[in-house]
Amino acid sequence: MHHSIEIEHLSFSYPDGHPALQDINLKIAPCEKVALVGPNGAGKSTLLLHLNGILKGNGQVTVCGLSMEQKNLGKIRAEVGLVFQNPDDQLFSPTVFDDVAFGPLYQGLDPEDVSSRVKKALIAVNMQEFGQRVSHHLSTGEKKRIAIATVLSVEPEVLVLDEPTAGLDPRARRSFINLLRDLPLTMLVSTHDMLLVKELFDRTVIMDEGRIVADGDTLDLMADEALLKAHGLEKP
Amino acid sequence: MHIHFLDPYQPLKSPVHSLDARIKFILTVAFILTASLAPSAAWPVYILLLAAILAVEILSGLGMIYVLKRALLALPFVLAALPVIFTIKGQALFNLAIGPWLLTASSEGLARFVSVAFKSWLSVQAAIVLAASTRFPELLQAMRAVGIPRLLVGMFGLTWRYLFVLVDEALRLLRARTARSGQSRQAGNKPGGSLAWRAHMAGGMAGNLFLRAFERSDRIYVAMLSRGYDGEVRTLPIPAFSGSNWLTLGTGLFFLAILLIFGSLLWG
Repeated sequence: MHHSIEIEHLSFSYPDGHPALQDINLKIAPCEKVALVGPNGAGKSTLLLHLNGILKGNGQVTVCGLSMEQKNLGKIRAEVGLVFQNPDDQLFSPTVFDDVAFGPLYQGLDPEDVSSRVKKALIAVNMQEFGQRVSHHLSTGEKKRIAIATVLSVEPEVLVLDEPTAGLDPRARRSFINLLRDLPLTMLVSTHDMLLVKELFDRTVIMDEGRIVADGDTLDLMADEALLKAHGLEKP
Repeated sequence: MHIHFLDPYQPLKSPVHSLDARIKFILTVAFILTASLAPSAAWPVYILLLAAILAVEILSGLGMIYVLKRALLALPFVLAALPVIFTIKGQALFNLAIGPWLLTASSEGLARFVSVAFKSWLSVQAAIVLAASTRFPELLQAMRAVGIPRLLVGMFGLTWRYLFVLVDEALRLLRARTARSGQSRQAGNKPGGSLAWRAHMAGGMAGNLFLRAFERSDRIYVAMLSRGYDGEVRTLPIPAFSGSNWLTLGTGLFFLAILLIFGSLLWG
């Protein structure tokens, strides 16, 4: 049985020489839900972009038993559903249906398969009525849900979310949390929403200045006020 | 992910860099005017202009290689001048039969074409040196100082400011598309989709980008209004032009004027 995500000694510097990740080691088991917290600029988003090969650093990254190599990228991108922070980036098609269908269509699935995948994904995020809507005119909460649907339609093993609750009103946030709780996938979620972390994730990873500074049981870490304070976090 | 490669400015220390942007702007425009007004086939004038611009390139520390490489960008536009080889009457060089038409190249036409190509190559080099040695805000100030309408300068400034935002946005869209371009687990499905479908998606992305730019411009306008914008672009007063600045500007303009006058007298 392989891990969903296995990262060993991963380091990455941006082209200007600024080191963004330094010696990252992280293992996540299938169906485990892990929160990734840390201050702005800690390297959280950079780490997430390594999980499907958009960025390539030094070190070993293995996703769903596939090592990060050029020939595996297609398979890896089907296994890892990466949802970007700004849903406007994720939604680039004329209609919601087109957007959710993009992944399956790209994979070359039959039209019936594509339609059923889209339908299933929209039902999973409770947006089945929105297929023919123009993504441009949706509210932020609706866009976030559609953004999740666009990766669910690919049926990934791992769901990677960047700041999923940023900018949501309390009701949209609540329904979003319920949605995440019910999805039976491996999850790595980068967030500043400590209440969300406490409510949804058993395990938390804290990053600061490109390093993992703590990795453990969420409740234990939340109890360590000195640790949270040292890395610019607040106890929920 | 931010885009800097679009910015042609090269932060170096050189006499050209430290020159007042107004002088550089006026001299560049004068240089381009001289090059374009010089009569056709006035080769010695072109050589002198080339010598001048090469000297400035070396003096600026940018180096000839850098500028010449960038100047290649002008090449495709030179093709627009290709027909003059055949349209100008003169001593016949060779004939070219295209279908029912017979085109006759003349040596005068060829001379005109080479002149146009050489002049545009010179002009582009001058513009490259200006852009690479002057910060864009200083360039905008110089444009205002020489009397280019403020509204126009304001639009240049906004274009420059949001060009980078737009490119960043386009790159984020492309990244999101890459992230979802995977391979099916079932064997036998070829990833990538049809060409028509990919074109359709690319078209959707371009449309999206346009809509967002359009909406962003609305938001920017509202932000400007709420800070008191009334259609009038106001700026801080422009610093005075010193005596030595006048001297540099005068020398440069004098040199270009001499070249132009001699060119017109001898070859015009």
